[in-house]
Amino acid sequence: MFVINCPYCGERDQSEFSCGGEAHIVRPKQPTELSDDEWAEYLFMRKNIKGVQFERWNHTHGCRKWFNMVRDTSNDKIHAVYKMGEKPPVI
Amino acid sequence: MTKYRINKTKFVDQTKTVSFTFDGKKYHGFEGDTLASALLSNGIHLVGRSFKYHRPRGIMSCGSEEPNAICQINDNTDLTEPNVRATEIELYEGLKASSQNCWPSLNFDIGGINNLISPFIPAGFYYKTFMWPKSFWKKIYEPLIRLSAGLGKSPTQPDPDIYDHKHEHCDVLVIGGGISGIISAKMAAKNNLKTILIEDKNILGGSTIYQNNKNFIIDNQKSNEWLMNEISELEKLDNLIIKTRTSLAAFHSYNYLLAKENISDHLPLDKKNGSIRQRLWKIRADKVIVAAGAIERPLIFNNNDRPGIILANSVKKYLDFYGVSTGLNNIIFTNNDSAYETAVSLFEKGISVKIVDIRKKSSSNIVKDAEDLGIKIYWNSTVVNTFGYKKIKSIEIMNLSEDGSNVTGNKHKIQCDCLSISGGWTPMVHMHTQSGGKLDFREIDQVFVPTEKNENHINVGSCNGDFELEEIVKNTNNKVKKFLNINEGGFDKISVLCSKESEKKNIWLLPNTISESKTKSFIDFQNDSTAKDIKLALREGFKSIEHVKRYTTTGMATDQGKLSNMHALGIIADTAGAEMGTLGTTTFRPPFTPLTFGAIVGRSVGKFFDIVRKTSIHEWHVQNNAKFENVGQWKRPWYYPISNENLHLAVQRESKAARDSAGILDASTLGKIDIQGSDASEFLNRVYTNAWSKLGIGKCRYGLMLNEDGMVYDDGVTTRLGENHYLMTTTTGGAANVLSKLEDYLQTEWPELDVYLTSVTDHYSTASICGPNSKKILKKLFPNKDFSDEAFPHMSYQDAIIDKIECRIMRISFTGELSYEINVESKYGKSLWENCIAAGEEYKITPYGTETMHLLRAEKGFIIVGQDTDGTMTPIDLQMDWIVSKKKYDFIGKRSLYRSDTMREDRKQLVGLLTDDPNEILEEGAQIVSELNKKPVEMIGHVTSSYFSPNLNKSIALAVVKGGKKMNGQKLFVPMENKNINVTVSDFIFLDKENKRINA
Ligand SMILES: [Zn+2]
Repeated sequence: MFVINCPYCGERDQSEFSCGGEAHIVRPKQPTELSDDEWAEYLFMRKNIKGVQFERWNHTHGCRKWFNMVRDTSNDKIHAVYKMGEKPPVI
Repeated sequence: MTKYRINKTKFVDQTKTVSFTFDGKKYHGFEGDTLASALLSNGIHLVGRSFKYHRPRGIMSCGSEEPNAICQINDNTDLTEPNVRATEIELYEGLKASSQNCWPSLNFDIGGINNLISPFIPAGFYYKTFMWPKSFWKKIYEPLIRLSAGLGKSPTQPDPDIYDHKHEHCDVLVIGGGISGIISAKMAAKNNLKTILIEDKNILGGSTIYQNNKNFIIDNQKSNEWLMNEISELEKLDNLIIKTRTSLAAFHSYNYLLAKENISDHLPLDKKNGSIRQRLWKIRADKVIVAAGAIERPLIFNNNDRPGIILANSVKKYLDFYGVSTGLNNIIFTNNDSAYETAVSLFEKGISVKIVDIRKKSSSNIVKDAEDLGIKIYWNSTVVNTFGYKKIKSIEIMNLSEDGSNVTGNKHKIQCDCLSISGGWTPMVHMHTQSGGKLDFREIDQVFVPTEKNENHINVGSCNGDFELEEIVKNTNNKVKKFLNINEGGFDKISVLCSKESEKKNIWLLPNTISESKTKSFIDFQNDSTAKDIKLALREGFKSIEHVKRYTTTGMATDQGKLSNMHALGIIADTAGAEMGTLGTTTFRPPFTPLTFGAIVGRSVGKFFDIVRKTSIHEWHVQNNAKFENVGQWKRPWYYPISNENLHLAVQRESKAARDSAGILDASTLGKIDIQGSDASEFLNRVYTNAWSKLGIGKCRYGLMLNEDGMVYDDGVTTRLGENHYLMTTTTGGAANVLSKLEDYLQTEWPELDVYLTSVTDHYSTASICGPNSKKILKKLFPNKDFSDEAFPHMSYQDAIIDKIECRIMRISFTGELSYEINVESKYGKSLWENCIAAGEEYKITPYGTETMHLLRAEKGFIIVGQDTDGTMTPIDLQMDWIVSKKKYDFIGKRSLYRSDTMREDRKQLVGLLTDDPNEILEEGAQIVSELNKKPVEMIGHVTSSYFSPNLNKSIALAVVKGGKKMNGQKLFVPMENKNINVTVSDFIFLDKENKRINA
């Protein structure tokens, strides 16, 4: 049960949030131009790292904003949170 | 006083007698006793039978580590509770306890026969024996295992007690109220930190509170007296919450901890008075100080499980805390100094005591005291056997060889009625590891100690591996000072004197003269695993501690191996020639001690289990005899039986009325999302499969929403209320998820779009009127409105006023009938509904529920997302190609419709099914096959919706079948348990394919 520092609301209990999987996967602008393999890469392939991972989180029971989080999945240490559209920090 | 209550103490009030029963027999104890101390004061050691061999077992400890003394409380009542440790339950007037696992009785146990055949029940016996033949499982093996296995009995009635949850935040949480916990809490609270101290016993003080040995002196006082003063000072501090009878259950990351407080368990039945039984504390602490203490280890030797064999420090606690002697002729068997405190204490009370020590000597003060008192000490000796069936009577000892690996010389027999054992101490590192902390192995005394993990959590006292009083006090003071950033500890100048252990020796499995296969040296007393079992597991190829543990069930009982884990590890290391430190420990998982289900669920029971959502029309449904169906959290009318109608009859009547005259449905639960902004049309273009830009203001359109993988996700009608304003409806169950999904795309993929979403599901109530007479009813309700097809065509909306209330009327249909949906603000829902019923009376307007709605739409071949689809259906599979725009460049899921997999022709596709016997109704979920005789039978699809249609007077069904699109007219089979049903694939629109009724 982490404490997450929502970039809009501040520190809140994890139970207010939901995780939306790996971050920085951009929806292709021209999906029809892609081969099946390229589309599958976007659609299905995720890293699921043991260690430092960039994730999307949503403050579901709060401001309902999506934001990004850098979390070490091996010990749940949160290295950074930052807004959508902001550059990911170097960890 | 009984024969064994030999001492008066501050902790048990011997003026207050408490009566209780054990196995139906009445006994007396005193206020302050536990069930265990009261039983021992009555000379009762035998309290249960062991799990596998049904050997007699006695009370072995005085705390949560107790493996044997587990009882059923209040048997045969709805308050009954199994697996309660007698060492933890406080005695109260009227307590009824009974032994477990010993049918037909404690003293005559038929399962004891297992003890005689035990050479045949080695580790993995159940896995190996009850494997084959498979047919034996259900009738023979399982009933047999169930009869002789298991611990207590579950209650058969709902739990009548009340449980509570409480959230708490603090600067410092101290776990454990022993001497190091008390020092820590005082330091924190005195430095203006909001502090919570939790202690699982009923009073603070740990084992120091009854430490009256003269070798342990703090500031020139006996350590117990010094601590008593500290506690009374502690209780005066303002910013300190002290919670006794509160045990830590779990230590999660980010210092989030769960603790269970017992509030009324210790009160007599008549004083509980419906008060809360237990409270689960959910604590978020800035800093956590774990002062959980240590557990004494047993010693592993042949027949080390007889009643009367008790951990040495527990014997001391029974004596000096409860005033109870566990025996009158004691032997202490030890590998360390701490057991000498017990010996001295027994001797001082005039009780006979001898000591067997595996060490060759020890020169500490406490050992010298024992020698000076004339207590007989057998150095360099080990117990090789014990005697006495229901209670220990004597032991045999032998000398140890030079290296301790063998025994030498002659056997020497000594009489006794109690054998106190001490194999040293194991720090309680459970909390530390639960929080993610790691451990180091300390060679000198063979213990795992915490390595500090982070800046917000430390371990102090014996759980940190500090066992001597001086190091406990000094190290706690220094560590807490640094941890809390305090300059003055308050315990800086304290003087501590204590006996110091100089000699250390540990043998995990003590040697014997007889071969191992003939010994029973128990490691896990509750699960009956022996040293022999562990060695067998290793011989059979198990290497990992986690595997050995599961194969032998060592450490897997309700005590979670508090006494057994270290010995199991030690024996594995010795046998395999491995280093203890490299083997690692098994994982300690929460809860540390068992939690009641009641404490876990708290108040979330009965009607508080989940939120119940009701529409504003709900009361009317109740008054009109509706049966309700749960749809998500919503209560929706399912059907409205008249007199004795069952579901089938009611639905047949409702369905017929809706098509013959008029029906009315409460459609308020449909999800509603208000969409505004200059890019609203573009947004809809991207989220739905069809095109929205050209939809006129005041017009409605059905939309299908896909996931990015091309599978149907949701559907509903969206109405264009204005140039930049839409009202989207979603399925009842999908509303919240659809909103989340739309928000996700808007915030992350398309932040450039000017679109605002608001959930308005609860803001509007909806009455849906359908049937050939619906237009007439609408005319009565809105006399000034033109309802002609030209003025108010199908798939359009208009504003209107009824009773001065603004409403929106949508002419849309989910039944295939002429149909109108009237929306008003929720607070007017019931009055709107009653107006509709009144206006429809002359047309016998019939309220119908979800079941009729499902039937009517199935007749028309309309899908229900989630019933006819399951997350693997594309719109093409549903034969809904017409709604997928070919012109739009992109929408969610579009690209996936052209993946090779989604274009396969043999995908499951939506079809209609007609049974050859029109009265035969298929079961939803039934499998469909094309060939009955081909083995293995290939299942090519399944029935998704099935009804008897009163309007068509035959059974109809929707199904998904592989390649079904091309199978129209083909004969298929639905095999059921006792027959095969013949069916024919048909069009899935069964009624009015020409859409005449919508404009009737
Ligand atoms: Zn927020």
